[in-house]
Amino acid sequence: MAKGIRDKVAILGMGCSRFGERWDAESADLMVEAFEECLGDAGIEKSQLDAAWFSSAIDAVNVGPSALPLTMALRLPYIPATRVENMCASGTEAFRGAAYAVASGAADFALALGCEKLKDTGYGGLPQRSRGTQADMMSPNLSAPGSFAQLAAGYRAAHNVDRDDLKRAMAHVSVKSHANGVKNPKAHLRREITVDQAINAPMVAEPIGLYDCCGVSDGAACAILTTPEIARSLGKTDLVTVKALQLSVSNGTESGHSSWNGAHLKTTRIAAGRAYEEAGIKDPRSELSMTEVHDCFSVTELVTMEDLGLADEGKAVSAVLDGDFDAAGKIPCQIDGGLKCFGHPIGASGLRMLYEMYLQFLGRAGERQLHDPQFGLTHNLGGFPFQNVCSISIVGKG
Amino acid sequence: MRQCDPLVHKGKLKSMSGIHAYGVYLPRRRLQRSAIAEASVWFDAGLKGHAQGERTMCNWDEDVVTMCTEAARAVGELPSIDRIHVASTTFPFADRQNSGIVAEALALDNSVRPMDICGSLRAGTTALVASLEMSGSSLVVSADNRKARTGSIAEMQYGDGAVAVVTGEDDGIAKFLGAATASADFIDHFRADGIAYDYDWEERWIRDEGYLNLIPQAVSSLQSKLYFPVGEYDYLILPIAQARVLPAVAKQLGINPDAIVDNLMRGCGHTGASHALLMLASVLDDAKPGEKILLIGFGQGCDAIALEVTQAHSLFRPAVGVESALNRRVEETNYALYQTFTGLVEREFGKRAEVDRSPALSAHNRNRKMVNSFMGGRCTECGTVQFPKAHYCVSPNCGKGGSQEDFVMSTVSGKVKTYTADRLTFDMSPPAYFGLVEFQGGGRAMVDFSEVNAEKFDVGSVVRMAFRIKHVDKQRGYKTYFWKAVPTD
Repeated sequence: MAKGIRDKVAILGMGCSRFGERWDAESADLMVEAFEECLGDAGIEKSQLDAAWFSSAIDAVNVGPSALPLTMALRLPYIPATRVENMCASGTEAFRGAAYAVASGAADFALALGCEKLKDTGYGGLPQRSRGTQADMMSPNLSAPGSFAQLAAGYRAAHNVDRDDLKRAMAHVSVKSHANGVKNPKAHLRREITVDQAINAPMVAEPIGLYDCCGVSDGAACAILTTPEIARSLGKTDLVTVKALQLSVSNGTESGHSSWNGAHLKTTRIAAGRAYEEAGIKDPRSELSMTEVHDCFSVTELVTMEDLGLADEGKAVSAVLDGDFDAAGKIPCQIDGGLKCFGHPIGASGLRMLYEMYLQFLGRAGERQLHDPQFGLTHNLGGFPFQNVCSISIVGKG
Repeated sequence: MRQCDPLVHKGKLKSMSGIHAYGVYLPRRRLQRSAIAEASVWFDAGLKGHAQGERTMCNWDEDVVTMCTEAARAVGELPSIDRIHVASTTFPFADRQNSGIVAEALALDNSVRPMDICGSLRAGTTALVASLEMSGSSLVVSADNRKARTGSIAEMQYGDGAVAVVTGEDDGIAKFLGAATASADFIDHFRADGIAYDYDWEERWIRDEGYLNLIPQAVSSLQSKLYFPVGEYDYLILPIAQARVLPAVAKQLGINPDAIVDNLMRGCGHTGASHALLMLASVLDDAKPGEKILLIGFGQGCDAIALEVTQAHSLFRPAVGVESALNRRVEETNYALYQTFTGLVEREFGKRAEVDRSPALSAHNRNRKMVNSFMGGRCTECGTVQFPKAHYCVSPNCGKGGSQEDFVMSTVSGKVKTYTADRLTFDMSPPAYFGLVEFQGGGRAMVDFSEVNAEKFDVGSVVRMAFRIKHVDKQRGYKTYFWKAVPTD
């Protein structure tokens, strides 16, 4: 049995650009914005970086392939640099690459930076694009909300949930995140919305309406990782360390075999089980202080609460409506505003979630600060409910 | 009796043949002629006079190839056939054998010989005669979806539809008595290569010099080979749109006007090359043994075909005949939608429609069985049906490699497991419906839906698979076809 990543890697510094429709900024500008904050926070020189991982997902409207856009933008000193792409889990993948480099001893200081610039398409939503030669011949020409709307249909049927009840719970998810996002100066969407607004918003992909969708934004976030020993030697006292990094990737069972009921994320359940084990968490409901989950759409967050074991199966609607995941609830979810308010610059999102965890553990979250958080979980879901990449990270104090 | 065509190759006597089965497909949408008139009556007040009834119209994802596929499936279980003849004047491809696409959509054995027959509204009857005069068994399929300019009479008169007829060496349900042709380069209308619309001449001239001249020539020639007088026909099939012409032709031929078969103009419209066979199908829906049918095909001359309904007729019912095809209908009053589907207007489709997709012909060839025939796999180890077929079995309890055999899933019905109506993604007819279909007996696939009635559609709805247009590549003039799930109700 592998020993896992627990307590082997510490976050030395983090940075995050302001997310939004950054008409003013090239991808390189966003990277610099996040990196400057991160480097200053880490307290090391750029020349000390041993390796770098760069995450970006959509070539067509961002910076194109390879890690070159990162090394060029930051003028990195000809160090090993790698681009990673794993759909919406890309940001977490960059973090995982850097963490493994540090844990292995191959690097003392490793940089993980994610950046995505989505707002150069000329229209709202994610870019319409090919899914590969073979898939284009057969797969539906689906949008992201269209694919996750399937989850709503599947969930409703599997648990015999009333359409209106589900929609109200979905609205609650978004209302909660907007309320949190108001308090975050780096968020894209910073205004409160009401349940009625969310329910009555224009339909995008039944039952997902406009306010059930996360924003589409430009942004970058990054982390410099090192070992706990080196971090302490540099004078860091309040350490934030990695407790678990897990990934589960569909093999086609959900979309091809009758065993999947269409009402949950198989990958999330598998990755969560492994992550809790790696982190030594026995009872996530009592041990987790907060989560940042992949709320690409409100229904995704709702179902994810069950998949993470934070709500009973088939009971997420009532758990959400009871406020379990509100800022003042049992386990606050998206305390920074989530994808809902930050938008989802794909390559950056996983690192943006970890940035909030980092701030919370160090007591730097301002108005949003939670009381004495111990463990935080981040979750990304790339692809479709029936075929996806799921990443789960757990970080904690000390 | 004399043989209809006494000599075939090498002087041998022609064996008997007949029609053994048939099936019909009409697109579900019925464009109301009042809606057509409303859009153009400001320009041509005379259109009001044509504003009765309705015409069939293809969905945006239908064309001759998809309609022919459906018509052939409407036969029911197809017997073993030697060839497939597809007749149309509106084939989607000028050089890619259209009948070959239909053959693969029907998952026919590749020894079945396909042939496209085109170039005249007589193509349907010509294909039928050719098949009846050949040895062995043929599947004759004919369809048209002719375009017409906004405000034209043709727009009112045309309809879209397809019909399939199976011919064989025995009498079948309708015995072939004989055929004759009077060919003439009589240009009542024409459509030049690369031009979308027909150009036609005055109706009165077409009646006098065309119908009343050429049809009697062909019929006279036919009757000279037959033992019974022309007055014995119980059905006269004249695929002519103008109703008032029909009695005049019957009178000229010496046939009782009661024998004139309804030209299906009120509820369907004239379906071009396929219309004679469609009217024949309407006769076969209700005909009695012993009844005689005179089938006329008209276009650059005339085909006349004599048939006699047999005792075996009562043993066959098509999966879908004319009556049930006519009854599967949805009224359409949105003329702008018709204009959009037929390319009569340049609609703003949004930037999401701009994505360029290469036809990737080599990839298509590798995936041909999956794409054209909706061929999945069945694991010979555990029996799990799956789509797509892959090296390793998808069952988590099996996972065997190299264990799958071909399994045609196009004929398997399914139930909707998950779905949505997507208004964000580009679709020619938003919202785009797609979702997970669970097939009866196992297997599932994420597919597009077509023909969805939002009020009746939900998780659990029963669907069947239909061969449809998936994507139109305007840049290269290419069409991608694939299978979509269509609700069965």
